[in-house]
Amino acid sequence: MLRDITIGQYYQTESVIHRLDPRVKLAGTLIFILSLFLFDNFWGYLCAAAFLAAMIRLSRVPFRYMIKGMKSILFLLLLTVGFNLFLTPGEALVSVWKLRITREGVALALQMTARLSMLIIGSSIMTLTTTPNNLTDGIEKGLRPLTFLRVPVHEIAMMMSIALRFIPILMEETDKIMKAQTARGADFESGGLFKKAKAMVPLLVPLFISAFRRANDLAMAMEARCYRGGKGRTKMKPLVYKKRDILAYLALFAYLAGSVTVGRVLF
Amino acid sequence: MEIVKTDKLVFEYIRRDEDGNVEGINRAVDEVTLGIRQGDFVAILGHNGSGKSTLAKHINALLFPTEGTVWVDGRDTKEEDEIWNIRRSAGMVFQNPDNQIIGQVVEEDVGFGPENMGVPTAEIWERVKESLKAVGMYEFRKYSPNKLSGGQKQRVSIAGVLAMHPKCIVLDEPTAMLDPNGRREVIRAVRALNDVENVTVILITHYMEEIIHADKVFVMDGGRIAMEGTPREIFSQVERLKELRLEAPQATLLAYELQQRGIPLPDGILSIEELVEEILRYRRSLGGKE
Repeated sequence: MLRDITIGQYYQTESVIHRLDPRVKLAGTLIFILSLFLFDNFWGYLCAAAFLAAMIRLSRVPFRYMIKGMKSILFLLLLTVGFNLFLTPGEALVSVWKLRITREGVALALQMTARLSMLIIGSSIMTLTTTPNNLTDGIEKGLRPLTFLRVPVHEIAMMMSIALRFIPILMEETDKIMKAQTARGADFESGGLFKKAKAMVPLLVPLFISAFRRANDLAMAMEARCYRGGKGRTKMKPLVYKKRDILAYLALFAYLAGSVTVGRVLF
Repeated sequence: MEIVKTDKLVFEYIRRDEDGNVEGINRAVDEVTLGIRQGDFVAILGHNGSGKSTLAKHINALLFPTEGTVWVDGRDTKEEDEIWNIRRSAGMVFQNPDNQIIGQVVEEDVGFGPENMGVPTAEIWERVKESLKAVGMYEFRKYSPNKLSGGQKQRVSIAGVLAMHPKCIVLDEPTAMLDPNGRREVIRAVRALNDVENVTVILITHYMEEIIHADKVFVMDGGRIAMEGTPREIFSQVERLKELRLEAPQATLLAYELQQRGIPLPDGILSIEELVEEILRYRRSLGGKE
């Protein structure tokens, strides 16, 4: 169950999107998310969906693979939809007992669903097509101006990339601990939400201990391989903008201008 | 020339209670003096807690002697300016493959060391290629480490060290977490490094089968060097090994038991093939048929 989460996992294949400069993909993701919050009508979201569909096609990552990662967010999505559906004041459509579904609520719920799901899929395209090292390089180079403000950009980037690398390993570990505890009679399945959450507490202790142990080992392994921060480091894959990156930037701005015109100004 | 030399090396772990008072001192390495020649395949053997891992970490300047001295490639590990040069000439592979792979893609991980050393980009690629080829993992260069088996991950870790062009590689129980297949893969890769690339290998292990091909074996017990010699010399002393809570390979044990029963076999038989040959020779000497 826990292994299904694909957010933050790289999907290996060859595609245009895979080859793009990570800075472009970072900017693209930001622009896409921004655009989702600028629309106030249906056509804007249609634009965004079309753009997203094109990106998924170009990335050659199977759509089903992306959806697998969504399952974990499903609960959050349902919760948001529920709140919006029932708690938005306005013209009543259906009314059962104390619950009222309003026309505005339905509209808002649909909007939130579209926004959230596209936001998640959109950002997972970035992580699925960019290796964390590459992504970190993008962040490191893209945010380099901040080093003048004494922001430890390299260190932050390195921390992120390691965190991403260890997500699947810790997931697996959680699975293992869960099974070990289930074998000794722990119950993670039955009971309400609170009972389930409470059953997770004894899981966290061994997980944290093992995470710290791993961190210690990893730090030693990095030192053994001469890691001493960003100073004097060269890059195996230095970031250089190519023609396709410039084209991608142009396409991104065209999308932003076009979709905002459609989603906000025109209609 | 000796690539690694220690002189009366002592290392103590100091245990402290919550207030920082010294509770007890654990002498993990106790007056170890040894020398390892350039190009050799050296095995350090010992049961858990014998101090072999602690000794290994001194060779990479990850730990520093409490007393005594360690020289790596002529450099004293206590000199702070030399630490990075020492780590460059003595690479280290650890036990858990998951906790030492930094990159999300095999080739990026192998490039991590050279990147840290400030090697120019084009040369990094060259080094990554040749190191992955040396351990037979070149086809997997674009894979995620999570999709590899334990033995493959460990070979990637070895490639990662190899890309730094070290003179010597210390492997700290690289096979302890692997299945027999993975163990065989890793040991084969390590032997190839020593034979083909002529890298000095220091293999720390408690598996007897892995030290058969070593040029020299040190057996550690209680932080001291208890035995020293070629594998054959070590394995000919089955009783002494038992005292050190180590088990000789099956073929050696069987030969030893046969000897005890009065069959004249030579000391220190290492492999099954060798044993079979010796038994056949014995039969011939009795006038039996093959």
